[in-house]
Amino acid sequence: MTKSELIQRLAEMYPDPRLYHRDYERVVNKIFEEITVALARGDRVELRGFGAFSVRERDARVGRNPRTGAAVQVGQKRLPFFKTGKELRDRVNGG
Amino acid sequence: MAGHTVTRAELAEAVFREVGLSRNECAKLVESVLDLIADGVARGETVKISSFGSFSIRSKGQRIGRNPKTGLEVPILPRRVLVFHASHVLKDQINRGGGALVDARPSAEPGEADASKAISTGTPEGR
Repeated sequence: MTKSELIQRLAEMYPDPRLYHRDYERVVNKIFEEITVALARGDRVELRGFGAFSVRERDARVGRNPRTGAAVQVGQKRLPFFKTGKELRDRVNGG
Repeated sequence: MAGHTVTRAELAEAVFREVGLSRNECAKLVESVLDLIADGVARGETVKISSFGSFSIRSKGQRIGRNPKTGLEVPILPRRVLVFHASHVLKDQINRGGGALVDARPSAEPGEADASKAISTGTPEGR
């Protein structure tokens, strides 16, 4: 399922004569944008039953170019992380 | 930067500012989006959200685990787990950091417009 299919399915699941396709698109975009902005701020996004998005810090380290073996300095960085919620985890596993 | 936690209510509030519907309806829309993703993934679909990331299923084989308290060996049965892969766009946004994002909003320079596109489109002009 792609984002455009998700938008399509949302329009089918939640039909509303006041909403054009473009509005469903704005709704979906807004949700992911809001999560992105929150994570960029360093916030956590917790959606009970679904999962939680958080940011993890990685220290700077000396890495290696796997092809040449040359040592390269890898700077400190932040990575997004998703932990599946209990309900969704059970659904995925239970069938 | 301090540990604030964003919840469904805040996502619904953001949607509320974006479209002209009631708060209650916006909350339902947020819930519907989460349900659709969960349904898709539970059916085994990979859900790809461009410039955000993808949710997919990974099947894990049986392995021997150990109860950390008792030291007893217990088989961990084959199972399916959900994995999330963040897109490069999301990773870049996060590494650019909150300060940069916030600063880029009011005085977005033309040269930076593209880099901050994903978030600057949602400036809450509706308020």
